[in-house]
Amino acid sequence: MKVMHRNILFTIIAILVVLILVNVLHEAPTYNLKLETLKQEYAIKPTPSVDHSKLEILQQNFETPQEVTAACISCHTETHKEVMASSHWNWERLSYVEGRGISASGKNTLLNNFCIGSNSNQQACAACHIGFGMNDDHFDYKNALNVDCMVCHDNSEEYKKGTSMAGYPDRTVNLQKVAQSVGTPQRNNCGSCHFFSGGGNNVKHGDLEVAQLSTTRDVDVHMAVNGMNMSCVDCHTAENHQIIGKLYSVSTNNTDRATCEQCHTNTPHFSHVLNRHGSKVSCQACHIPEYAKVNATKMAWHWSEAGKMKDGEPYHEEDSIGNHRYLSMKGSFKWEQNVKPDYVWFNGTADQYHLGDSITSVPVQINTLYGNYSDRNSKIIPVKIHVGDQIYDKEFKRLIQPKLYSENEGDSAFWKDFDWEKASIAGMHEVGLPFSGNYGFVETEMYWPVNHMVAPKEQALSCVECHSPDGRLAGLEGFYMPGRDRNKTLDTAGTWLIVLALLAVVGHGLTRIISTIAKDKYEKQVIDYRQEDLTD
Amino acid sequence: MRKVYIYKGFERFWHWTQAALILFLAVTGFEVHGSFEIFGFEKAVQFHRVASWMLIGLIVFAIFWHITTGEWKQYIPTTKKLKEQLVYYVSGIFKGEKHPTAKTELSKLNPLQRMVYLSFKLILIPMTIISGIFYMLYKTIDQNNLVVVEDYPLESIAFWHTLGAILLMVFLIVHVYMTTTGETPTSNIKAMLTGYEDLEDEHTENEPLKNTH
Ligand code: HEM
Repeated sequence: MKVMHRNILFTIIAILVVLILVNVLHEAPTYNLKLETLKQEYAIKPTPSVDHSKLEILQQNFETPQEVTAACISCHTETHKEVMASSHWNWERLSYVEGRGISASGKNTLLNNFCIGSNSNQQACAACHIGFGMNDDHFDYKNALNVDCMVCHDNSEEYKKGTSMAGYPDRTVNLQKVAQSVGTPQRNNCGSCHFFSGGGNNVKHGDLEVAQLSTTRDVDVHMAVNGMNMSCVDCHTAENHQIIGKLYSVSTNNTDRATCEQCHTNTPHFSHVLNRHGSKVSCQACHIPEYAKVNATKMAWHWSEAGKMKDGEPYHEEDSIGNHRYLSMKGSFKWEQNVKPDYVWFNGTADQYHLGDSITSVPVQINTLYGNYSDRNSKIIPVKIHVGDQIYDKEFKRLIQPKLYSENEGDSAFWKDFDWEKASIAGMHEVGLPFSGNYGFVETEMYWPVNHMVAPKEQALSCVECHSPDGRLAGLEGFYMPGRDRNKTLDTAGTWLIVLALLAVVGHGLTRIISTIAKDKYEKQVIDYRQEDLTD
Repeated sequence: MRKVYIYKGFERFWHWTQAALILFLAVTGFEVHGSFEIFGFEKAVQFHRVASWMLIGLIVFAIFWHITTGEWKQYIPTTKKLKEQLVYYVSGIFKGEKHPTAKTELSKLNPLQRMVYLSFKLILIPMTIISGIFYMLYKTIDQNNLVVVEDYPLESIAFWHTLGAILLMVFLIVHVYMTTTGETPTSNIKAMLTGYEDLEDEHTENEPLKNTH
């Protein structure tokens, strides 16, 4: 009977010990089959089915870019229709926005807190429009020959748009060479606009810049040449020229987004705890610990300081890493490198400040990302918050679209004449809004979701980056997070309770010891007396 | 005096394993809580979860043992001599008086212990474990996930769990100290280690304590 008991006991202990050891020593396997399959899939780059240099129609000396487009359309007979239905062409998208109804949002109707707005500045801004001939007066959105196929499909790295040429290519471009080497868009096609938005490399996004043309895994695991060497369109796939993925400075709806999950699924980790984080935390939040890893990005832009002169001439100042700190044309800037993102709740829907909207709060929210903890579709995402100030109409309480660019002086353009009033009159006239003549500068904020520059998994955030009182999520409210939050009353009461218990125990124990000693003495004395009695 | 086999093998195993687990859970738990840093948050969470499953397993065995052996009857509360026991701890103990209740293998616990241990077993442990399980299964959902504990505020789950943890620490302190109030300061601990304890002969007392149930 006893032996049996001992055996049972031994078995239980043995099982427990094994369980403990298995759990403590168990390391997640490093071989991730899911990831391995993905890598294999993307390692094989497709070979094009057509070599355009062999096509007869492309063996000609193109005089104008429109002739190239005509040649494209002669084979791709309906493709221009797809392109002309895209936001790359229309510079706006129709969507339903809560409180606004169905409205068009895009570069034509919105402002930002960088170069403010394209209206009245098209001649310059059209360098990033996929069309030819967009200038202040007009653009024929119906003319298929104005579609610029080459800017996206040139694979020769020859093509580039001219500066302030209304979207026309630079005069040096060899159109024949470009036409013969078209193919799937490469990184530098997308990058020629998306890396330089805001007027310079990495100005706006912070996570999209020229470095990604040729970079290492530390900077971007996807695009790294020593990594998967992926192109933009590997993730930003397209059907009928409608490319998925959108930027919430101009987009509003939770549709057609490019997501990590489209490849990685929503259970990419071995650890259930981590996978479960995915219901509230975006992949990007942990896997993009920093952005602007190679070159700095603009964090602040104060237009209010623009227009100062040195000896009657516009001037510029540079900061220690060679970025403009001040430009008479644009005001003062703040640049930062290796920036830790801010974090916000986001459910995929957003709204923007539309031209003509009244200012209701300061800083003016150029765009608003919606979401909060209790919203099921919301996740915590990393963002770059770009702050600044810009010109507004003090009387009508709305932001002003100033005319900035012109080729000539005396054309009201701020960049030539440095006169805000004239620039405002011209700009507001162009967009068809009244201007009171009374202007000032108002603080603005703009939110840029950070989605690129995904770091190698070893660099993903560790738990305590967020699970601590002063961690990265210290500012996010409305929910309880272990390690960050605690019930202060309970903690204080608990500490006191434990201290009191210790005191009570120590007090009781000491009293016992003292009383025992006293009693011992007393007993010894008794014995002593007895001994005395005996000896007597 | 007679040497009595008072704590059975399983009982001792259960007692010490549970003590170790609770201590370990307290260390890892309070690390998660942010009170100090030992293993690092991530490891603390892992260890806490593993240890908590072990504690749950152990307690399932313990419940089974209590029921099948009838040992649960040891915990039936009584008010008989409760006051005397209290008075003893507050004053009698300092005067070197004898324990008002005698410990026997049929009645191992004095009335105060019965009450405290019963509430430990019926309130404190369940509160901590159940809130812990809720904590562990806590997740809110997105479109593709199953609901386990949906949107039940983690804040209150954590409150009850932390409260349990604090009270367990208070219990631990007082409990450990109280073990030194036996015949000699170490006699109780020795008994829980070896199973054997020297107890008063049952009938030398003028009023032998009968089992009160
Ligand atoms: C079977 C029993 C238990 C279960 C299932 C359990 C489960 C959990 C879980 C899931 C957490 C959140 C951290 C994490 O995700 O791992 C947690 C936190 C914690 N646990 Fe436990 N636990 C148990 C027992 C205990 C015990 C016995 C103690 C202390 C004596 C304890 C003290 C704590 C503390 C202090 C926290 C931090 C709470 C906070 O700051 O929000 N737990 N526990």
